[in-house]
Amino acid sequence: MSIPAELRYTAEHEWVSVEGTVASVGITDYAAQQLGDVVYVSLPQVGATVAAGEPCGEVESVKSVSDLYCPVDGEVTEVNAELEDDPSLVNAEPYTAGWMFRVRVAQDSNGEAAMPPDLLSAAEYEELTKSAS
Amino acid sequence: MTSFAGWQMPLRYGSETAEHQAVRHAAGLFDLSHMGEIVVRGPGAGEALDYALTGFISALRPGRARYTMICAADGGVLDDLVVYRQGEQEYLVIANASNTSVVLSSLEARAAGFDAVVADATDDYALIAVQGPEAAGILSGLTDLDLGAMKYYAGAFGLVAGRPCWVARTGYTGEDGFEVYCRPADAVAVWEAIAAEGAPAGLVPAGLAARDTLRLEAGMPLYGNELGPDMTPFEAGLGRVVKFDKPGDFVGRSALLALASAAPARRLVGLTIQSRRVARHGYPVLADGVVCGTVTSGAPSPTLGHPIAMAYLNASTDARDAVLTVGIRGETVPAQLTDLPFYSRSR
Repeated sequence: MSIPAELRYTAEHEWVSVEGTVASVGITDYAAQQLGDVVYVSLPQVGATVAAGEPCGEVESVKSVSDLYCPVDGEVTEVNAELEDDPSLVNAEPYTAGWMFRVRVAQDSNGEAAMPPDLLSAAEYEELTKSAS
Repeated sequence: MTSFAGWQMPLRYGSETAEHQAVRHAAGLFDLSHMGEIVVRGPGAGEALDYALTGFISALRPGRARYTMICAADGGVLDDLVVYRQGEQEYLVIANASNTSVVLSSLEARAAGFDAVVADATDDYALIAVQGPEAAGILSGLTDLDLGAMKYYAGAFGLVAGRPCWVARTGYTGEDGFEVYCRPADAVAVWEAIAAEGAPAGLVPAGLAARDTLRLEAGMPLYGNELGPDMTPFEAGLGRVVKFDKPGDFVGRSALLALASAAPARRLVGLTIQSRRVARHGYPVLADGVVCGTVTSGAPSPTLGHPIAMAYLNASTDARDAVLTVGIRGETVPAQLTDLPFYSRSR
């Protein structure tokens, strides 16, 4: 199971990668393995305002359906249209081709993306998955 | 892995969709050791089972199997079962894991007036199923039994990988296949031998997730979803398993007779969901916008490529003339009445 060190994570098993003020979001390898084969991903609309900790979509697998939680506050700028045709990318490449949506995040006083303080490091997320299983 | 009726069960080994497709096109290997095995033996064993179950069990010839049910006195379903007649005076009853203790205690109570002994043999058996079009070819290389001559719903004692087993041509996938009952101490050897023999033919181990989508496509009921103590065999469309014309009384007979002659309060139907979202257990079904039933099982069908479901609809609903929809977490999604099974293999 892979947990890239450079990403941040939520307790709900999303990952976040920030470039400038744009955050890319997906679900973790651990989450994809727990869900099993993903058959449908419902994503927020481009332009939608999203809030950290709020559900903004759904990930449907053969056996279950789970809410997708937004890890950051901001406005959705892009969604991964590839998932419409091939939701199995979420299982195959959760951190790359299986990304889900991008959010423009507000800037803090230093001009950097204002990220919620409760995002987890890779090490913290790994601890969480260990205690869950 | 998942917890199921006190057992640790593999939900999937890899991709459940790939496991499902392997069973449809090649073969899958299942560990079903959680299933309950109950032995009923003695000169009165057949009569005891005729009284305890809905089927005409004593009419089975040795070496044959029957799908049947055990009902409560009010006609509700306590479990659905497969019964093998293993000898003149020996029967093996296969119960769902979650119901084994109920089935055992019911059989003990119902057999009390007969010359028969009821014994829980669940811990004496591991159950390994080989299912799929390649199953017969794979298993034939490992057994002294003539599997080509074995009929569907038949079984025989023989050797598999040199270990003594009861091998039956039964299953829960909608494909040809076999169920191998062996001693727990032999289970690893039998599993590994079948896995090695089958790998070149495309056999893969398959978990509970694939088992569920396979049986759903095949329109087979699952206890707890389509069957339960508040449901009757007639509502489930399985009235054929209730044999009123067998000799003697049986538990639930008078209640079932009344139910058989009345219109059922609801009936089990198949639905094709016209969406990529899946209608799952417990979701409401609506006819012309009015709730008319409940989804009992639903999944994306790997074979058909769209979600399918089974649902109980109120008998008062004229589903064929109504616009059917399913409520999927706040969204109303079109559904189409579909004959069961969704899938049947070409023979």
